[in-house]
Amino acid sequence: MKKMLYESPSIQKLNGGMMNKFGTRTEYEPVKQIDGVAVQTMMAQYGSPLFVLSERTIRRNYQNAVRAFKTRYPKVQFAWSYKTNYLNAVCKIFHQEGSWAEVVSGFEYRKAIGNGVPGNKIIFNGPEKTNEELELAVNNGSLIHIDHFDELYQLIILSDQLNKKPRVAIRVNMDTGIYPMWDRFGFNYENGQAFSALSKIVASGKMELIGLHCHIGTFMLSTDAYATAVKKLGDLAWKCKTQLNTSIQYIDLGGGFPSANTLRGSFLPGTDNVPSVDEFAEAITNGLLQLGFGADELPLLILESGRVLIDDAGYLLASVIANKRLSDGRRATILDAGVNLLFTSFWYDHKISPAQDFTQHSEDMVLYGPLCMNIDVIRQSINLPILNRGDKVVVHKVGAYNMTQWMQFIQMRPNVILIDEQGQTHLVRAAENLQYVEQPERMPEHLKPIDL
Amino acid sequence: MYLKKNIATSESGFIFNPSSGDSYNVNPVAAEILQQLKQGTALAAIKENILKDYEVEPMRLEQDLEDFMNQLKEANLLEN
Amino acid sequence: MEKSDNLTTIAVTGLNAIDSPGPGIAVIRALRDGLAKPLRIIGLSYETLEPGIYMHDVVDKTYQIPYPAAGSDALLRRLQYIHEKENLQLIIPNFDAELHNFIKLGPVLQTMGIATFLPTQEQFDVRDKINLFRFGQQQGLTVPKDKIINSIAELNSCEESLGFPLVVKGKFYDAIVAYTMEQAQKAFYKLSAKWGFPIIVQEFIDGTEINIAVLGDGKGNAVSIIPMRKLYITDKGKAWAGITLEDDKLIKVASDFVNATNWKGGCELEIMRTKKDELYIMEINPRFPAWIYLSAAAGQNQPAALAKMAMGEAVPVFTGYEVGKIFIRYSWDHITDIKEFHQVSGMGEL
Ligand SMILES: Cc1ncc(COP(=O)(O)O)c(C=O)c1O
Repeated sequence: MKKMLYESPSIQKLNGGMMNKFGTRTEYEPVKQIDGVAVQTMMAQYGSPLFVLSERTIRRNYQNAVRAFKTRYPKVQFAWSYKTNYLNAVCKIFHQEGSWAEVVSGFEYRKAIGNGVPGNKIIFNGPEKTNEELELAVNNGSLIHIDHFDELYQLIILSDQLNKKPRVAIRVNMDTGIYPMWDRFGFNYENGQAFSALSKIVASGKMELIGLHCHIGTFMLSTDAYATAVKKLGDLAWKCKTQLNTSIQYIDLGGGFPSANTLRGSFLPGTDNVPSVDEFAEAITNGLLQLGFGADELPLLILESGRVLIDDAGYLLASVIANKRLSDGRRATILDAGVNLLFTSFWYDHKISPAQDFTQHSEDMVLYGPLCMNIDVIRQSINLPILNRGDKVVVHKVGAYNMTQWMQFIQMRPNVILIDEQGQTHLVRAAENLQYVEQPERMPEHLKPIDL
Repeated sequence: MYLKKNIATSESGFIFNPSSGDSYNVNPVAAEILQQLKQGTALAAIKENILKDYEVEPMRLEQDLEDFMNQLKEANLLEN
Repeated sequence: MEKSDNLTTIAVTGLNAIDSPGPGIAVIRALRDGLAKPLRIIGLSYETLEPGIYMHDVVDKTYQIPYPAAGSDALLRRLQYIHEKENLQLIIPNFDAELHNFIKLGPVLQTMGIATFLPTQEQFDVRDKINLFRFGQQQGLTVPKDKIINSIAELNSCEESLGFPLVVKGKFYDAIVAYTMEQAQKAFYKLSAKWGFPIIVQEFIDGTEINIAVLGDGKGNAVSIIPMRKLYITDKGKAWAGITLEDDKLIKVASDFVNATNWKGGCELEIMRTKKDELYIMEINPRFPAWIYLSAAAGQNQPAALAKMAMGEAVPVFTGYEVGKIFIRYSWDHITDIKEFHQVSGMGEL
């Protein structure tokens, strides 16, 4: 006789006010495959934990965002925000789709050049740009977004030395009704700093002022804030035209559109309260068309969207290491992937699905990572079926920021694979090994001998 | 270790402790164990029976049983 | 399951007829009174001890549904399951917190053959306390002045524009009356820690509270308006007894509101009448109040009228109701068996 499927015995007290589990079941329907490729197969081949990226989803997200804007406004350009995910394979997908590059450091700048992005299609943001990096950017004709007055003067000096006119924009910060206001980057709109910077640029005669930039925040839930930003940048553009005799060629609204992740502590799941790209596009393009520019002088709209284009294309596959019971009786499940790989679990309640069948019994549990560190918590409380040692889980929507902010703490970063549109898997970043991690280390001669 | 005499277990996986008024929901493996405990089957025999009927490693079952018995004790469902 | 053409099946939430009651039981009572056809009432419950689940004379069968925080997708799946068994014709949700999901699902439910009669998301949003003052100003409704603030520094400017005392309110819940700046600051920190930003600082309005149950047809007409004053309240501020009032000014405030929003469905206006006889709209609850059976008792059965409109019947605007009708709420210990509790807890239906 065939033996029955086993599941650890579980007993749960019923209490009157308890949250019922009916319907929440969708949270843990098994996810056995991604883009038609079996989770078990991928993990057997590439190990655990494992990051998986879906090329199909990336392209679909990108094309959808472009459609949302281009059907509403004639001149639109996306620039891939490298910091969100700068694995070269990912960047190349965006560049193949027509996206420029948006970088915030010399490191990212060189990555973009290495990926074959022409210099004049690289937007160089950020508060730190060294002389050497700026020189490279000026010579390449890149779009330099000035963050502060020190940088503005640095560029004036550099343009003299190079005898070249840098192509520049300024980053503007402003009150868009969003709290907190990101006023540490760029020049403030309300107190006149932004216009003063623009006047200085034009007055210097050393730079070509071509654009205006802002990035009002990230994971923005309000489309109104963008409408406000458009109004304020539009006002500056008018002043440039009428008072400085300089016409602004592009308005860059940065990134900030949310992905469908659920913010920690938010009442509704992300899928229900996050505005769609179309809603943002509607607010932004309406605002742009109302600025009063003629059809021939409409500024190019640049967007530096990051997370909304990549978050749901990324999955983290992990395995259950152990189950234990905490002192207060709660079940704890330990996974082989922790906050070292899933930085975003600090601000999201990531959706997590088992990758195999289970009975309908479930328990509230804590999900821990493998680090020997108290903050290594993936989910503080999640209702999941009882997972056995060796069971696999799929963590959803991890494509943004994790593969750049991951940390190498007591563990090494695992394989990252890409599933192409034909369902073939490709290794796009190999798991690190001890040699890789130790390669930059140097050993002083006197520390070499050891005798234990 | 025995289940308290007055504990009511139902086919559908509920148990009710009349002395405390508490009710519990259990999964099939747990229901099976409780049924046997109620009939006075010794733990070692229960283990044998489960191993015979279910797809499970002895080591794993050993751990689980210990955890489960602890939970029953916590819930005050066992005879001292 | 009998499924004659004659049977109308309506699902209702808010079965928590407890000391601070949800409106579900009152809505069902009004439906049973006011609809001619035989009714099958399906209860939708969130918790296992909502009394309505066990009141089999009132609710024919109850299904547990996922908490609103589980999202509209989880809700839809559960409703699909219920619909398969029950062939629902109409759902009347009665909790503020669940409306977002039901509004979102409205069009899908419609394609499944399930009617709803709910405000649009925009209508729902304008009466949110964050937007109410701005909306009132635009529409010429009298609403207490407020300021939406995000930092303690902004609190100082409230003193000039609003004066003391003022009311400090959390984004979702809680309101604290502050008589000094120090109290206001304390309230600010307390509420922002609990509910996050922004904080709403509102002008303090002193007066008599009046509640109005309103049914809007979605085209700007108020089909029914019943004003009520609480005669006695519980320590939680809930009505214990209340009486219908006659006052054309109250009727006008309510019909102006419906007119300005094109409100669709039931709602409750909380009004403050000052000593100078000004009528301030303090808050708008986007669903029937728990005392809605009083509307039926007074001659304007709002839940039944809503059900008819939802199912495509034209309902004329009510005229006249009995003034001086009183409701007195009482409690009753309903008896059930552990089996029923297990059934609900374990199976999610009863
Ligand atoms: C200047 C700039 N642009 C774009 C982005 C991408 O933002 P998001 O991922 O929110 O779209 C960021 C992220 O912080 C940024 O700083």
